[in-house]
Amino acid sequence: MATTTITKTPAAQRPATSSKRRWGATVAGVLILCVMLFPLYWMLNTALQPKSGLLEVSPIPHGVDLSGFTSAIREQGGHLLTSLAVAFGAVTICLVIAAPAAYGLAQFRLRGTRTIVFGTLITQMVPGIVIANALYSAYVDLGLVNSYFGLMLADASLGIPFAIVLMRSFMVAIPKEVIEAAEVDGASRLRTFVQVVLPMSRNSLITAGLFSFLYAWSDFMFALTLNTTDDVKPVTLGIYQYIGAHVGDWGSVMAASVLSAIPAAVLLVLAQKYIAAGITGGSVK
Amino acid sequence: MSTTTASATAPAADHPTAPVKKPDPARARRRRRLSQWGFIAPAVIFMVLFFGYPLVRNVLMSFQDYSPSTFFDGKAPFNGTDNWSKVFQDDLFGKALWHTVVFTIGSLIGQFGIGLALAVFFTKRFPLNGVLRSLILLPWLVPMVVSGIVWRRILDQDTGVLNSFLDTFGAGGATPWLTSPGMALFSVILVNIWIGIPFNMVILYGGLQEVPKELYEAASLDGASAWRTFRSITLPLLKPVITVVLVLGFMSTVKILDLILALTDGGPADSTQTLGTLTYQNSFVQLDFGAGAVVGNVLILISAVFAVFYLRANRSEGK
Repeated sequence: MATTTITKTPAAQRPATSSKRRWGATVAGVLILCVMLFPLYWMLNTALQPKSGLLEVSPIPHGVDLSGFTSAIREQGGHLLTSLAVAFGAVTICLVIAAPAAYGLAQFRLRGTRTIVFGTLITQMVPGIVIANALYSAYVDLGLVNSYFGLMLADASLGIPFAIVLMRSFMVAIPKEVIEAAEVDGASRLRTFVQVVLPMSRNSLITAGLFSFLYAWSDFMFALTLNTTDDVKPVTLGIYQYIGAHVGDWGSVMAASVLSAIPAAVLLVLAQKYIAAGITGGSVK
Repeated sequence: MSTTTASATAPAADHPTAPVKKPDPARARRRRRLSQWGFIAPAVIFMVLFFGYPLVRNVLMSFQDYSPSTFFDGKAPFNGTDNWSKVFQDDLFGKALWHTVVFTIGSLIGQFGIGLALAVFFTKRFPLNGVLRSLILLPWLVPMVVSGIVWRRILDQDTGVLNSFLDTFGAGGATPWLTSPGMALFSVILVNIWIGIPFNMVILYGGLQEVPKELYEAASLDGASAWRTFRSITLPLLKPVITVVLVLGFMSTVKILDLILALTDGGPADSTQTLGTLTYQNSFVQLDFGAGAVVGNVLILISAVFAVFYLRANRSEGK
């Protein structure tokens, strides 16, 4: 109470200048944001002017012309669904594999735990194209080329190390007593994990899931290298091949790009705190 | 294996004094261990298959002769160091290595510098701070190949918005951003800086929040200038976070592929060819997986050196 009154006094003495300066910073912040988001605005703007083709695009769309979007959905709608299916599959694989491992590495005192955690950190440094290079011939032998399952597995590899590191750093904080109490009550190790540990780690589970979704959704390299036919084509690959084939049709390319950016935008608005937690938690801890 | 255990337990069963029903503590412990390993094993197996195996396989592949027919007849005979000498004798390898160095250093300087400036800016308290700070993340979350394609349109020499914008100021209205060999690498770096700023900003902002406020108050009481405060308080305390951000930035930049393929496909005249794109070109365009593996191994070697830095930084930071 005392401290609040003390800190209030100086602020009260200079209310006008300080609030003006603070709004000045807001204006600067908005300008920075405008510069940073301009390319994304331009993507939307170009998408709404499909008639401009190869010509210059007007800074503001004149009226709403959605024909770019209709042709994008016609051409890329299937690829968007493929992306969705592959991403959900990858998230499932990722969480099913990473969550128990994170728990085990956090709570069981097994020999080799440190080596595995170390190995997990190291895997994040292996360049993806190197993995693809070796994986391709293995996939050919196993018949996983041009398959949904093959791409889901490869995309899950983008998220698994990150998910383990992130969830482990949360699960280390679960008190031993909680787990022991559950096991004394007769719960098996698996039931303790599912009914006690997972609910307690909900936030880290969501963050890990979100990020593995975004990794898989954004994947282009595995889609490009592990597919030789059009059977399994996510939207990232679809758009890339589209510009090769239809150089003039920027309107629908941009419309498809807008559609492919929607998950990122939606997640950023709906799950902002998880995203922020993921970026700092996964990298620093 | 089973026979040895059977013969080992047989004499024990003969012993009449051996307790029959009492649980064997060693065996119980072993069972517990086994069930505990059950949690970790799937992840270990997955990582061995998807990270360990490719590393080993790449080394082997770099000594094998792959050709387009390999994937029909399965024949990839060992050919000694042929792939290595072929790759190293090609001028393109040296160029790609140099482009990778320039691209990585240029990108990191830009991303980190601007990211740090923005992080410091957002430590100020002002209305809408949180909203603006989170919206700025958007470029980083959009699929990279999509960002590349959007920028390809923006940087178009004749009808791109950047040139028409510059034109209104009468400056450089026909800059061939992506179409001239002299400019393309520079342009690709610019776009990558744009992509990397949010990541740098968020992590550095997090680091700045950890700096105790009292230190700043003490510095301002001592009459230290803003620059002095930044140099003597902020930077030293931020050092561990800076190391992590730079190493992670390095890791993701040095291996980049999506962005360059989307912007230039490595061209014009190989002026944006990097180790990542060269690996891809060798393996998946020329179908010479042996040569691709050689370049890939060089990439791994470079990453491994920095992995050591990363682990040092990680260790010194906590615990």
